[in-house]
Amino acid sequence: MNTTSGGLLLVLAMLGPFVGVLAGLVLGGRNPQRVALLTVVVGIGIALAIANTWLTSGSPVVYLLGGWAPPLGIALRADGLSVAMMLVIAVVVAGIAVYACADFGTPPDQHEARAPFTFWLLLLAVWGSLNLVFVSGDLFTLYVALELLTFAGVPLVCLDGRGETLRAALRYLLFALAGSILYLLGAVLLYGGYGTLDIALLAERVRPEPIVWAAAALMTTGLLAKTALFPLHLWLPPAHAGAPAAASAVLSALVVKGSWFLVLRLWFDVMPGVVTLPSAQLLGGLGAAAIVIGNIVALQQARLKLLIAYSTVAQIGYLFLMFPLAFDALSAALVHGDALAGGMLQAVSHATAKAAMFMAAGLVYKVYGHDRIAELAGAARAVPLTVLTLALSGVALMGVVPSGAYLAKKLLLSAAEGTDQWWWALVLQVGGALTCGYVVLVLINTLRRSSVPVTPKTPVPRLQEIAALALASCSLLLAFAAIGVAPASGDLIKNPLAPQEILQTLTTVAAGAVIAFGFGRSLPVAWARAGANGLAGSVRHATLAVGAIFERTDGALRRWEVASLALLVVAALFGWAMMAA
Amino acid sequence: MMSAPTLLGICAAVLIGCGMYGFIVNPQTLRKILAFNVVGSGVFLLFGAIARRGAGAGFGGDPVPQALLITGIVVAFSATALAVALLVRLHDVAGSVSLASDPPSEPESDAGST
Repeated sequence: MNTTSGGLLLVLAMLGPFVGVLAGLVLGGRNPQRVALLTVVVGIGIALAIANTWLTSGSPVVYLLGGWAPPLGIALRADGLSVAMMLVIAVVVAGIAVYACADFGTPPDQHEARAPFTFWLLLLAVWGSLNLVFVSGDLFTLYVALELLTFAGVPLVCLDGRGETLRAALRYLLFALAGSILYLLGAVLLYGGYGTLDIALLAERVRPEPIVWAAAALMTTGLLAKTALFPLHLWLPPAHAGAPAAASAVLSALVVKGSWFLVLRLWFDVMPGVVTLPSAQLLGGLGAAAIVIGNIVALQQARLKLLIAYSTVAQIGYLFLMFPLAFDALSAALVHGDALAGGMLQAVSHATAKAAMFMAAGLVYKVYGHDRIAELAGAARAVPLTVLTLALSGVALMGVVPSGAYLAKKLLLSAAEGTDQWWWALVLQVGGALTCGYVVLVLINTLRRSSVPVTPKTPVPRLQEIAALALASCSLLLAFAAIGVAPASGDLIKNPLAPQEILQTLTTVAAGAVIAFGFGRSLPVAWARAGANGLAGSVRHATLAVGAIFERTDGALRRWEVASLALLVVAALFGWAMMAA
Repeated sequence: MMSAPTLLGICAAVLIGCGMYGFIVNPQTLRKILAFNVVGSGVFLLFGAIARRGAGAGFGGDPVPQALLITGIVVAFSATALAVALLVRLHDVAGSVSLASDPPSEPESDAGST
């Protein structure tokens, strides 16, 4: 193994944001914002340079720290997955930085303000940690990167200093720390067994034996706690809903991707032959449960930000559906194929769409002073660009042509067909309909006309609306970018206007509308009010009762004792599932 | 007769178990933070035992785990510092430090306050 040309760029990608943090801290005042914007420009350039190097060389970009090769030294390695994630994260950070200029600008009469100062530094810190996650070549550097990411993400939750958000931040921190200590325990066991933590070397040495099963179970569970996969999602809804809009965008779109990427590295690169089909099915099963419960509880929410937070819980479930679909029965191992491409595309499109959604929710807050879904009438007339952003990002999450999620769904469906796992195809379709449900719910309420024209409580800067809309458009047009990089995937959507595709899209939308009217709580139509008579009333009564059951189950699972016990149960289940027959 | 690394490994397992028990069961936040530190100590002790077991070439212990261990201690220490800082701030703002959820309230504005 040798340092390849352009390897130094990997170091710059990781160091650049942290140099920005230090510079901002030292310069103080209103300089963090300027430093952050400068770093965004430089960082995008570095990400593009790394992508160019990788494309021209055709092999992973490697950098050996100090010139020492593993197992003595540490290697930074960027393959196709890393390059794709780094590019997308750079774009999302740029969008959030532009949006946050209005929210987190230091007031002109103050030399330095606490929340803006902290926000800009934390934004850069999150970005630097994520780049480190993507380029790390060994498990311990990944642990450090993961902890950096948590420390940078937690204060974003409580930027406004209220007691409720401080509680949410503490809960997040403690649960994330439990997750990372389990990950470290797994890494320690792997070192004890094989004498190295380098990913490439471990991949050669790892065998299916008890120490690897234990390590895999512990590390996976720890990472799932940090990614908030069902049933370990107790911290996510209050944390993401309580943070300011730009911070929620960072948390939902960026921070959860870090630990998810680590699960990917662990399962696909370190132990592809050791993980068994039952363990992959377990991971996919937890994802499916997340999709169902997250979406139905999202429909019950009265507040827009909580709805979007629960939709994140559901979308995180989507990210784990690719694991059982990537399992190749012949070689009894996970392979890099359609399913992996679909999962990556899903993650990338979720990052852009979710950031845009949270930004739009922040703008809605500015207009109304609240975000109660049932009282958002007149939004389409007052802030049409914002409602358009909500619609576009909702469509992008749903998986309709030509969004990235559509191509991702097609790739996953073809993988399901290829491996004869029809149940995941069913989960994908149901998930699409459920996602459509809450998008329809939000749009019904915002497209309603209000009797009195709505005047914004705080003026909404055009720049913020454009930033949010730009990110939502990115998500929608992602399919074209993907086809540009991997032309083979063009076959999958070569005719999006074919009758079969249109029929499928219409079925999804129709099912979503039915679900919205059935399960959504904040509906403005008369027959949806509680206590209405007739058939519609009684059906509605029944569906609301079902929704309430889901909500109470979710509430029970999000209690500290239950969730932390679930940590141990999930770890035990993974360990048992990994034991080779 | 049990060798030293094995005995230390068993101690580490006991520490991790006690720590996880405290982490799950204790409702007080400060005790959860302490429990996390106990689990951390167990993991680091295990790493040290592995270093001792992997000793060779005249060294007392494998140096790589010792280096990683020190990094881990620093990370756990910073984590504890952040958690305690949040706890102190929560006490200043809210008076109590319980993590029990309060009913969701709606803030006045969505942007960060200064």
